[in-house]
Amino acid sequence: MERHGVLVVGGGLAGLRAAVEAKLSGADVAVLSLVYPMRSHSVAAQGGINAALGNADPTDSWERHAFDTIKGADYLADQDAVEEYARDAIERVLELDRWGVPFSRTEDGRIAQRPFGGAAFPRTCYAADHTGHAVMHTLYQQSLRLGITFYDERVALKLVKEGERVVGVVAMNLRTGELESYAARAVVMATGGAGRIYARTTNSHHSTGFGMALAYWAGAPLEDMEFIQFHPTTLYGTNILISEAARGEGGVLLNNRGERFMARYAPEKMELAPRDIVARSIYREVLEGRGFEGEYVHLDITGLGEDRIMERLPQIWELALKFAGVDARYEPIPVQPGHHYTMGGIDTDKHGRTEVPGLYAAGECACVSVHGANRLGGNSLLECVVFGKRAGESASSDAASASDPPSGPFEEAEREVEAWIGRLVERGGEERAENPYHLRAEMQRVMWEKVGIFRDEEGLSAAVAELKSIRKRYWEGAGVRSGGKTFNVALYDALATGGMIDVALAVASGALARRESRGAHYRTDYPRRDDENWLKHTLARFTPDGPVLEYRPVVITRWPPRERKY
Amino acid sequence: MRVEGEGGGAGVPAGGSGETVVFRVRRYDPESGVGPYYQEYEVPYRPGMTVLDGLLHILREVDQTLSLRYSCRQKICGSCAMLINGRERLACETQVAEVGRTVTMEPLPHLPVIKDLVVDVEPFLDKMKASMPYLIPRSDSENIRVPPEEFERYRVASDCIWCAACYSACPAAYSNPYYLGPAALGQLFRFEVDSREDPSVKPLRLVIADDDCAGVWRCHQAHACSEVCPKHINPGELIAELKREVLRARISGRI
Repeated sequence: MERHGVLVVGGGLAGLRAAVEAKLSGADVAVLSLVYPMRSHSVAAQGGINAALGNADPTDSWERHAFDTIKGADYLADQDAVEEYARDAIERVLELDRWGVPFSRTEDGRIAQRPFGGAAFPRTCYAADHTGHAVMHTLYQQSLRLGITFYDERVALKLVKEGERVVGVVAMNLRTGELESYAARAVVMATGGAGRIYARTTNSHHSTGFGMALAYWAGAPLEDMEFIQFHPTTLYGTNILISEAARGEGGVLLNNRGERFMARYAPEKMELAPRDIVARSIYREVLEGRGFEGEYVHLDITGLGEDRIMERLPQIWELALKFAGVDARYEPIPVQPGHHYTMGGIDTDKHGRTEVPGLYAAGECACVSVHGANRLGGNSLLECVVFGKRAGESASSDAASASDPPSGPFEEAEREVEAWIGRLVERGGEERAENPYHLRAEMQRVMWEKVGIFRDEEGLSAAVAELKSIRKRYWEGAGVRSGGKTFNVALYDALATGGMIDVALAVASGALARRESRGAHYRTDYPRRDDENWLKHTLARFTPDGPVLEYRPVVITRWPPRERKY
Repeated sequence: MRVEGEGGGAGVPAGGSGETVVFRVRRYDPESGVGPYYQEYEVPYRPGMTVLDGLLHILREVDQTLSLRYSCRQKICGSCAMLINGRERLACETQVAEVGRTVTMEPLPHLPVIKDLVVDVEPFLDKMKASMPYLIPRSDSENIRVPPEEFERYRVASDCIWCAACYSACPAAYSNPYYLGPAALGQLFRFEVDSREDPSVKPLRLVIADDDCAGVWRCHQAHACSEVCPKHINPGELIAELKREVLRARISGRI
């Protein structure tokens, strides 16, 4: 058994920022990661990271950043947390610059900033159009510099508890197939979002939400799971992200009549309205027959000119060429909305603490909440560094006064996990075993069709029922047709599928209960925001029969809810 | 609207035409007691399909014992570098139509095989780590300004995704176990020219680059690295630049 003061689960941006902070505060810290850290989905973030540096417009301020975030969130964000987040942003980004992030520069050598959706000022700092890659690699590099311990290619399968307290994890080493126990005084979950519960997503194959499920199973509630961001512009066919930067730099959206249809939906902000509004607008154009092939609209960046495209959007140009056969310098890019971001997650306070002692969370798997009902572009990388740091801080200071866990609970947890794996492998030998990949695909279809951009009572009730039946089939009948120890990908995928189904059920149940439309949660049967009854956070607690929902008021400090117009 | 389950292209119809391609995969399972062999799979073809799409079809529908690494499917995470029809490529960005009706997939050469298409990347990572692939911040780094021409020098090198394709393709790295290889030397260059780093570290970087066994002089300029780099970084040219830096430092007596 390995023992550490702080164990971070997840080697993406939030996890590494937490680990760096814990290391700098003197904790004995290790990172346990499903993939080598530089493979984490954080590298796929494109457009940028927000901070009111005022390099492009000196009148910008952290208060404006906070307000834009709260308005973008459709007033569901906790305003005390957002204020601290926007204030911290400036120092966190300058620190990234000191650590070596290859930020794009202004003529006089300062960090360049570009306009982004829902922001009143050009506030988004960027490294061309692969900012996530730049920031993520820099954090990994700094982790190497600091000598942080890494356990790579290990998948956490269970949070181990002693009484009420989380004291470590049981993980499977993918290379050997062996179960391993990791004891820690504090465990930080930083396992990313749940994009793969949807059929169409920009997220990497490993953004399954499995880490959320582990915390949920261990007793931590999931907050605001019904708020799922659908990115307006994903590449038709593969749903690879086409960054908001394409619109920030001047790209326009056109329907099959050549109209800039955003004039109908957000006359002032046009293409730079927040993502939920643009995504619904595109979807509506397509549903009403003004799309192409009944599937997509055009994103036209040809007006930017070749030089600007190659300087500011080189990755977008290449992705469109490689994956859609479109040369974006001369022709429009076919785009459609797809799942992009999970606003909800493991419920934490603004210091990364969950209500379960010993358990912390940060990044997309967590919900503070600063994104509320809709996240603004450029705010997720920021969330990872601001709250990653804070979670690392809390975990290391709490760990200093905690005691080392006993080994008893780990033996029991390993036996439980072994039994789970044993059942999956054993059933794999039977002819009638359910293929976990098929169960996963069914869940993804249900989520996209019934818990998608437009939702209603009938669809959501059906979705909950179907997900419960998929859940039953998984636990009673799923089998893996691969029994080897070494790098058993199908086994890992089958285990994760069990977690994904419960996360999907939390999303669908929260959406069914919330009878209003707010931010990314749009109910065609309740199309208005209802502050009187629904200005509150959803908390889902796990039970085997489905989530039990509770609610908590939103923290309002200085910005009372107003109508949200763009 | 039509929604397929998770696949390569959620919105693009799968199969349909009945057209198929042959995927020839080099299999090896250390637990089996059998040496490596090639296994052929018939995979339904659709326009726009990538090699990764085909491999995932095999894993999900045909043979769950297949092992491979993959994640982002958009050529930014570097997980799925492998040998495809004899050349290092990322499976996620390689169109089946580009490589032919029969596609042969093998693990990256020059790294030990763990299972099937999964190699042990630790030897590659050891070389990366030996090149100090991190910036050591200056103590006086308030108010940073980076001149655009300096930014241009490290911009391309910092695009590296650590996929190991170049290391696998490099004949010098293949024949000399001490040679750091193209990706690691590219990182050495990337930080050497970054003025945000503590200047006292710079000579150390050049001394590493100048190492007779591990450094730039072991590059024979085959430029295989530049041929295969999926990010078009041209590590061969970065190494040539690093050689010039080393020579300038020697002449000026800095090292």
